Amino acid sequence: MKQCLVVDDSSVIRKVARRILEDLQFEITEAEDGQQALDECRKTMPDAILLDWNMPVMDGLEFLTSLRAEEGGESPIVVFCTTENDVAHIARAIRAGANEYIMKPFDREIVEAKFQEVGLI
Amino acid sequence: MTPGEFEFLKNFLKTRSGLVLSNDKQYLVESRLLPIARSSKLETLSAVIQTLQRSGNRALETDVIEAMTTNESFFFRDKTPFDNFRDTMLPALLQSRSNFKQLKIWCAAASSGQEPYSLAMCLKEEAAKMGGWRTRILGTDLSLEVLEKAKAGLYSQFEVQRGLPIQLLLKYFEQKGDMWQIGAPMRSMIEWKKLNLLENFAHLGEFDIVFCRNVLIYFDQATKSEILARLAKSLPEDGYLVLGAAETVVGLTDAFKPVPGKRGLFQKKPAVHAATGPGASTRFAAGGVAGLRR
Repeated sequence: MKQCLVVDDSSVIRKVARRILEDLQFEITEAEDGQQALDECRKTMPDAILLDWNMPVMDGLEFLTSLRAEEGGESPIVVFCTTENDVAHIARAIRAGANEYIMKPFDREIVEAKFQEVGLI
Repeated sequence: MTPGEFEFLKNFLKTRSGLVLSNDKQYLVESRLLPIARSSKLETLSAVIQTLQRSGNRALETDVIEAMTTNESFFFRDKTPFDNFRDTMLPALLQSRSNFKQLKIWCAAASSGQEPYSLAMCLKEEAAKMGGWRTRILGTDLSLEVLEKAKAGLYSQFEVQRGLPIQLLLKYFEQKGDMWQIGAPMRSMIEWKKLNLLENFAHLGEFDIVFCRNVLIYFDQATKSEILARLAKSLPEDGYLVLGAAETVVGLTDAFKPVPGKRGLFQKKPAVHAATGPGASTRFAAGGVAGLRR
């Protein structure tokens, strides 16, 4: 079973994402901000990370930049999932090492399509 | 809607669009036609059908046909056909057409444009191998309304997230408020025309590749066979026909055979009494190239 870390400060979004991803046969761990996510990754590197942008303590982009600099941090497939939906943000995320990008609001079909796109399912 | 009205609608759609409506599709009729009932101030489905029965209301007839035959569409839908396009069809045709460097593709059920635009993006991604080539994509559909949308190339945030990799969104689209518009260079690669596959399409000329996915499923066996026979005439000997993942030519026509190992991909069976020379030269002689120019 593949592992996916869901990073979002909204518990509602985490719950929705968990439900969708569990149906897609992922084992889910959760984090509320970038720092918690980084701590999780240092314990166990997940196969995939669904990542919000705007979060307290450490935001998604900062987390991604730190993750990619960690040992083994290049391996997880990172899919941003954020309300930031302009070209500039998307381009920054890709440059920082994101593999895919979901613009909120999202649904089951979009998550499935994006995860397929990056070869996770 | 009474059984008699449903029966009338079935016959109406069959003769006018070829759509075969089975008896379990009442829900589909309701979900597609109730919006028309409301917008045309007829209020009920029965009223819509009774108006059709009295006939003469062309606008309503068109609205009903379009609403019943339109499909939802995604970019790179089913993925495999586009992999086949890039890895099988394109390399073969780039080689066999290397003398005259022209490629003509027809999307016969273009709907709101995602399929032709996906092919246009594939071609752009392969541009390095295609210096000096002229490519044309024709997108046709029964519905003028979806063709207008296709032509505009404007898609919602939801639509651009189904099947379209983020890199391609960044590369080929521009953000327009809440919407995303495919760039002008891509839009200029495609020509749009309203066309009913039941009608003669020989005037469109010959194509190297025809995408005709998930549209034959609406027709009965005889109509499917008849359309496939005419599609065969629109393709040269080495052309390709692409059908939907669940579609086949088996039992419908002798004109096509499946390409082994390539789901949904078909080529013509060699003609038994092929008279002269290779397909390419026959094609020249028959004025196929002239037909490519508008």
